[in-house]
Amino acid sequence: MKLKRKKIKRKKKIAEGEQAPKTSVYLNGRLIGFHENGEALVAELRARRRMGSISPEVNFHYNKKTNDLFINADSGRSRRPYIVVENGQSRLTPVLLEQLKRGEITWRSLVKLGVIEYLDAEEEEEAYIALKESDITPEHTHLEIDPVSIFGVTVSILPYPEYNSSPRITMACAMAKQSLGTYSVNFNMRNDSRAHILYYPQQPLVQTQPYRLLGFAERAAGQNFIVAITSSYGYNIGDAVVMNKNAIDRGLGRSVFFKSHETEERRYPGGQKDTFEIPPPTTNGYREEKAYRFLGEDGIISPECEVEAKDVLVGKTSPPRFLEEITVFGVIEEKKRESSLVLKSGEGGIVDSVMLTDSLAGTKMVKVRVRSIKIPEIGDKFASRHGQKGVIGLLRPQEDMPFTASGICPDLIINPHAIPSRMTVGHLLEMLGGKAACYSGKFVDGTAFTGDREEDIRKIMKEYGFDEFGEEILYDGISGQAIKSKIFIGVIYYQKLHHLVSNKMHVRSRGPVQLLTHQPTEGRSREGGLRFGEMERDCLIGYGASMLIKERLLDESDKTTMQVCENCGSIGYHDHVKNRDVCPLCENGKLSPVEMSYAFKLLLDEIQSLGIFPRLILRDRA
Amino acid sequence: MVSKKTQIDVGEAVGIVAAQSIGEPGTQMTMRTFHYAGVAEQVPTGLPRLIELVDARKEPKKPIMDIYLKGEAAESYEKAKEVAKAIECTTLDKVAYVEEDFDEKKILITLEKSEMDAEGVSESDIQKRIKGLSGLHVEIKEGTITAKPSSTSLRNIRRMTNKLRQLHLKGVERISRTIVVKGKDGKYFIRTSGSNLAGVLKNPHVDGSRVYTNDVQEICRVFGVEAARNALVREIKQVLDMQNLNVDIRHCMLLADSMTMDGAIKSIGRHGLSGEKAGVLARAAFEETVKHLINAAVRGEEDRLIGVTENIIVGQTVPVGTGLVKLKMKLD
Repeated sequence: MKLKRKKIKRKKKIAEGEQAPKTSVYLNGRLIGFHENGEALVAELRARRRMGSISPEVNFHYNKKTNDLFINADSGRSRRPYIVVENGQSRLTPVLLEQLKRGEITWRSLVKLGVIEYLDAEEEEEAYIALKESDITPEHTHLEIDPVSIFGVTVSILPYPEYNSSPRITMACAMAKQSLGTYSVNFNMRNDSRAHILYYPQQPLVQTQPYRLLGFAERAAGQNFIVAITSSYGYNIGDAVVMNKNAIDRGLGRSVFFKSHETEERRYPGGQKDTFEIPPPTTNGYREEKAYRFLGEDGIISPECEVEAKDVLVGKTSPPRFLEEITVFGVIEEKKRESSLVLKSGEGGIVDSVMLTDSLAGTKMVKVRVRSIKIPEIGDKFASRHGQKGVIGLLRPQEDMPFTASGICPDLIINPHAIPSRMTVGHLLEMLGGKAACYSGKFVDGTAFTGDREEDIRKIMKEYGFDEFGEEILYDGISGQAIKSKIFIGVIYYQKLHHLVSNKMHVRSRGPVQLLTHQPTEGRSREGGLRFGEMERDCLIGYGASMLIKERLLDESDKTTMQVCENCGSIGYHDHVKNRDVCPLCENGKLSPVEMSYAFKLLLDEIQSLGIFPRLILRDRA
Repeated sequence: MVSKKTQIDVGEAVGIVAAQSIGEPGTQMTMRTFHYAGVAEQVPTGLPRLIELVDARKEPKKPIMDIYLKGEAAESYEKAKEVAKAIECTTLDKVAYVEEDFDEKKILITLEKSEMDAEGVSESDIQKRIKGLSGLHVEIKEGTITAKPSSTSLRNIRRMTNKLRQLHLKGVERISRTIVVKGKDGKYFIRTSGSNLAGVLKNPHVDGSRVYTNDVQEICRVFGVEAARNALVREIKQVLDMQNLNVDIRHCMLLADSMTMDGAIKSIGRHGLSGEKAGVLARAAFEETVKHLINAAVRGEEDRLIGVTENIIVGQTVPVGTGLVKLKMKLD
């Protein structure tokens, strides 16, 4: 009913308006005028752009429904190139292609000629783009240069992405960015705060065209692993992987980790400054002598020293925080503070380089780079290029690994459960492709949509007398017996990711507490505990474990004993000099020790600071 | 004896267990309700509805009634339709086109004959109703009515226009739409959009013992808290069941009980249950810490350390489970 009424109104409005609706023309989003025939105008504009009389950076978009024409020439539009198609004919003719091959023309000249055109998101809306040249019909307006170009840089590096589910592709991209390789060739001269370098990087056996175009093969970030897909005595359950210990000993997945530390001689107001030196034992906060053992006369460590946690890299002393510390005899004693550069717990390695320079402020500065070799261990993370990640669950000696009839042992065993629900068929294909590449001695092309097909790979496998599906009979390394079912085994590119246990491992049984609350510190870097939070507390309450809650939240946290006055309820103290209890309010109040959390004592103090007097009323426990 | 065994033990933390039992599946509910988004004109279900119930809102977002009929009306579709027609509320907006004219400082009401016939409202009815309004000077012509508000401020004209549009002509107020539905038992009942328990109950064809509304507050007003508690349990359980979440009904009952225990429906949260806790520390620990501490100081309140939160803050064992029992020693 209401709708009906609205309709009538709308009709009226149009009837009242002008006769023929004109196309509104917008330039960079601003209305600049009207035109009788928008459709003809866009066609004209586009023709001119292709002729070169309008800059190729301008895009046009005509919206038929709203009868609006948008001309965009501003910055910030992402655009990509297409081959122009006219009357069902690609403008990139064989003649042009031939010239391009001979180097007579360039990309730029193709753009100028109107053979290649950049479209932005809006203009793309009207385009009808063919994926392949053979797909072109008279309706098509553009042709994709290559189907891979619908992907970004990261995806185009992945082999066979068209066989994988999209979430896995996303994950594979995320993980490719965490892989270890050679991030920079001059890493030896750099002082990045953290850097990983893979010892023996390899280029993948199954690679893509963009991979080669990018020159990634020269800076590879991974290695070709021989992988079997089978369960392995329960050590590869739930995305864990079993790795061949001997393969690791031969250098598989080995990397160096560089960490740079720096410190400078800071200047303070009043003309004082820090000094690099071996701190004299009289310094405030002097560490044990052992910590300074590597320091030279200048207070700086020398390269190739094997350092461990708590060792001093650069000895440094600072002036006292407060001036005028006058001793009993009235002599001003300069007691310096220790402020050395110390290795934190869990760190360690060999000092790789020591650099002495000036800081921006013009003071003396030292940069110390510590290197440590990271050999794969239980808990290190690895991933293929198909979003299949896993951590090492076991390092098994080669003699216990399964082997094929030809004596080949897998470097890595992943679990078959990792495949079906994730639908990473590309992973399997790459394994097969990698295997075929090994036997044929030729790289397999895994470029999306246009790479080598499964049939071709199977043909190669057959040619070399192998099971075309890549399955082989494996023999259990422990019993020596043939495993009843055939097992899929192949070669696939695996990446070591920079999540290494040795940089993450953390435990605490006792440790530092916070100054304010007396509760344990938080975080690995502060050797902290794991928070027993509100929800965890709720669970214990729900279970009725009253004593356990008290233990977690009081005894193992910030327990203190306060002297509380039984008379007035305020907190007092024991005067050790006079050996008697003192209540701040009462003359001869009787004090009793009360166990409470330090945080509560703090709360009482805070409340008092608001001008409120909280009293504790004591009663004997029934 | 079996009933004894199934009884809850002394010191069992039923509240926490209930909260966790409803809360844990609730987290999954959030994720799933997002997929239902976009279905227009639907009664809120899932998490939004649960929040609505627990917050004890004045009125649900989409009040709905199921009106069961008795006698002939339950058996015949036509008869049921008639009852539905009688219940459905007709406003002026439905049968006339109300326009405001700010130039002439008047409101123009154009009656639509066909709609009036369909709704069964006569012109004289409408005229009488409009005349009955105060603050309006009314001129009546055939098919149109011109109303001049006595106060000609623009704001007042807009206000009066809206008031006229919502002018109640016929049926039960606030019930905007009715549909006759055939129930599982083969009998007809009426489902309405909008809720008015008291109004509907006046209709003699309505089975007063089975009428239902999803407006819990209204049930509380008309039938009392006990009924409201049952309605709460039913509504909460329904929301959870609809998502295939298997939550024991006793958890919902505990929730409903704690919401209705003092005679009126109060919400869970700052303005209700949690804001009325006995202990100062417990309230301060929840929300608005400073407010509670200051009020406690002004009144010289004493915290007897009865609840769980208070004891945790102070650093004592909590009075549930193993913390509930105390030992007494004979000294002789």
